[in-house]
Amino acid sequence: MPIEFEAPKPITNAQFVLKTVAEEMMRPNSRYFDEHEHEIPWNYIEFMHSAMKAMGGNSLAPREPAPSSPPPEDERHGGDGGKRPPIGYQLIAAQMEALSWGDVGLYHCLPGGGLGAAAVHAAGSPEQREKFLARFHGDKPTFAAMCITEAGAGSDNSAIRTRATLDEKTKEWVINGEKIFVTGGDKSFTEYEKLGRGFIVVWASIDPAAGRAGMRAFVVEGGTPGVRVVKLEHKMGIRVSDTAAISLVDARVPFENILGSPTVDQNPTGFKKAMATFDATRPLVAATGVGVARAAFEFLKERLAEREIHVRYGLPRQKLTSIERDVIDMEIMLKSAWLMVIKAVWMADNKKPNALEASMSKVRSGDICTKITQKVVEMLGPLGYSREFLAEKWMRDAKITDIYEGTGQINRLVVARQILGYSGAELR
Amino acid sequence: MYSFDPTEEQQMLIEAVNKYAANDLRPAARDAEESGELPQKIIAKGWELGLLQASIPETYGGFGERSAVTGALAVEEMAFGDLAGALAVTTPSLFATPILLMGSEEQKREYLPRIVEGEWSPYTAALIEYAFDFDPNDLKTTATLEDGRYSLNGEKAFVPFAKEAQALLVYANLDGQTQAFIVAKEAEGLSISEEREKLMGVNALPLYRVQLTNVKIPAANRLGGESGCAFEQLLASMRIANAAAAVGVANAAFEYSRDYAKEREAFGVKIAQKQAIAFMLAEMRTEIEAVRLLMWEAAWELDTGREDAVKDAYLVSTGAADMAMMVTDRAVQILGGHGYIRDHPVEMWMRNGRGFATFTGLAII
Ligand SMILES: Cc1cc2nc3c(=O)[nH]c(=O)nc-3n(C[C@H](O)[C@H](O)[C@H](O)COP(=O)(O)OP(=O)(O)OC[C@H]3O[C@@H](n4cnc5c(N)ncnc54)[C@H](O)[C@@H]3O)c2cc1C
Repeated sequence: MPIEFEAPKPITNAQFVLKTVAEEMMRPNSRYFDEHEHEIPWNYIEFMHSAMKAMGGNSLAPREPAPSSPPPEDERHGGDGGKRPPIGYQLIAAQMEALSWGDVGLYHCLPGGGLGAAAVHAAGSPEQREKFLARFHGDKPTFAAMCITEAGAGSDNSAIRTRATLDEKTKEWVINGEKIFVTGGDKSFTEYEKLGRGFIVVWASIDPAAGRAGMRAFVVEGGTPGVRVVKLEHKMGIRVSDTAAISLVDARVPFENILGSPTVDQNPTGFKKAMATFDATRPLVAATGVGVARAAFEFLKERLAEREIHVRYGLPRQKLTSIERDVIDMEIMLKSAWLMVIKAVWMADNKKPNALEASMSKVRSGDICTKITQKVVEMLGPLGYSREFLAEKWMRDAKITDIYEGTGQINRLVVARQILGYSGAELR
Repeated sequence: MYSFDPTEEQQMLIEAVNKYAANDLRPAARDAEESGELPQKIIAKGWELGLLQASIPETYGGFGERSAVTGALAVEEMAFGDLAGALAVTTPSLFATPILLMGSEEQKREYLPRIVEGEWSPYTAALIEYAFDFDPNDLKTTATLEDGRYSLNGEKAFVPFAKEAQALLVYANLDGQTQAFIVAKEAEGLSISEEREKLMGVNALPLYRVQLTNVKIPAANRLGGESGCAFEQLLASMRIANAAAAVGVANAAFEYSRDYAKEREAFGVKIAQKQAIAFMLAEMRTEIEAVRLLMWEAAWELDTGREDAVKDAYLVSTGAADMAMMVTDRAVQILGGHGYIRDHPVEMWMRNGRGFATFTGLAII
């Protein structure tokens, strides 16, 4: 295929449908849930769950298990019986962008496996995938979450202190530790009547002396004794998305719930596999940043149009007003960030190694979505700063893009190592 | 579909141009910049790559078809070698490509074979004017129809190879619209400055000021004949070419400073191992990629006849100018004091880098 920029039909169709979903189901709820932190948006969750089921579970939102697992065969080929190149990740990126245009916080409340399922998919055996992922096709909306971060281990996630030891008698893993900042941790772990049983994927060391090689992920079923959601954070933005602190005290987990090998020597790549999850998900998180930025940008252009301010594209900069220059600069940022996302996921779809492009897209998206949303609030003055409109919320929501799934700095490190050919030890 | 793979043919072309850029243009660049002369045999060798020839159909003496994407890939690669050299080699396109795209049948038959069948010969175009708020859609140079002939009046700046040019394509304001006119070198009232333009960069490229005083040309010499041309499309093509050249220069600066940072030591480690340097490099690479993708998209839109091409070409040209300045500035920074010395090319690329805010009109794809 030559160089081409024609969005495939399944993508434009999804964008069309999701725009309506965003307008009908997300935007009208944005403000309410921003101001009622920790209230669960049940109507939205149930609506999205049944809508996804009605549409075969895969065309309305990131399909299960979302978002990093390879999509099913039929959908991977632009709906053409396998003759066309695969577009599964591209479709997911487009869906995430479209939903985040609606509301990134509510996007995180979309029922499904999220990062938890992604980890099972990346590091689990075929039997484990079968066992743990089937639930997302059930009658009730179901969630899963990923727990790596600890108070003393954020960017440097090899510093985690959570321990898993094998009880030789019962053949159970016994896990102890404190996890923080778990997106969807409450909905994944707490047993709500309206939800199916979810799980959390907990990262722990089976051998602290082995460093990264000793790190493993464990599937911990919702409601497991000894595990408690101890806190829900109060955040600057994406408030409708619960961010949980979870403590594990002598939590017992079946032997077969370990993802990867149970001994250190057989599987020195356990940590690498976990990190591979992020090569797949970084451009998708970047896509959410593009979505919020586009929301703010379009809102700005609408407000300007109401005042008969139309950007005069084509004029030399010297003749443009400052408003026009800002709008043009934002549009350049927005368009190019989206193309970088698309290129990164296109590479994933075509099985090309994309660690560089994945991190570049995340760097770019983190940069531009914060810049654009902040600029929009500034340019709109009182309208921007006022909670009567959503611009100020989008600015608060956007900031998380530059923090989770690798901060802007961590992704710069990944990019730099790639372009310099350095290892982690050579460039820290 | 989305796809980011050049075709096999394009890949071969990129490799050929890259070889020329690395082995011929780059080694000659510094001397050319200092002396103001690019050796004719280097220009001739670049011409033999056949970029323009390959964009023109056989009927008119070429051997291919025009593709903006291919053109953009080639311009980027050539500018990666040396900007002044790239602009010199491709100067005949400034005249030929608009004729190919917008010319009347007679114009194509008269000029295209002549230009592409022989050796590199100076055919050129005059768009830029000497004003801080120069606007290609609001030219001060005018064309007026008088007794079945056009009369051209005004001053043009930065016209490549004007002195030797066989003919110039002069852009002028006809009733508020930018249109192009073919002006023969011997036309009465056409006067070309003795002195070359003295600029901050691209000193190897001979650029001149051109004065037009009641230059009378036959009505048939209006590009496209009576109906004229769609200038928007030509401008888009020039803007994409400008962006492509900016990406090439920026990438040259990025790669050079990256390689330097992996060699240079300070405080016991390579400077590339310091985040302050590594992060600059990561951002340079990211920004280059951003503009390159925008540039490809705009070129693809042009090739597929999409309306967005005009606006997107404007956006990418604007973005490319900022990006090239940022990247080339940082390249100098990464080399520190050594970057400021003319032994290294980065200071030259930084001077080139600022030019893309002004250079639209010096290249076309
Ligand atoms: C809303 C929200 C949701 C989250 N969801 C999840 C989740 O679902 N699961 C999960 O496991 N985690 C989650 N996280 C955690 C998130 O991934 C971490 O917050 C993030 O990785 C940064 O870690 P930290 O907060 O400890 O910051 P730190 O690692 O302490 O970083 C502080 C600063 O130092 C910089 N820094 C760190 N190391 C370097 C370095 N080597 N070079 C240069 N600069 C450096 C960082 O960029 C940052 O600017 C979430 C966080 C938030 C806020």
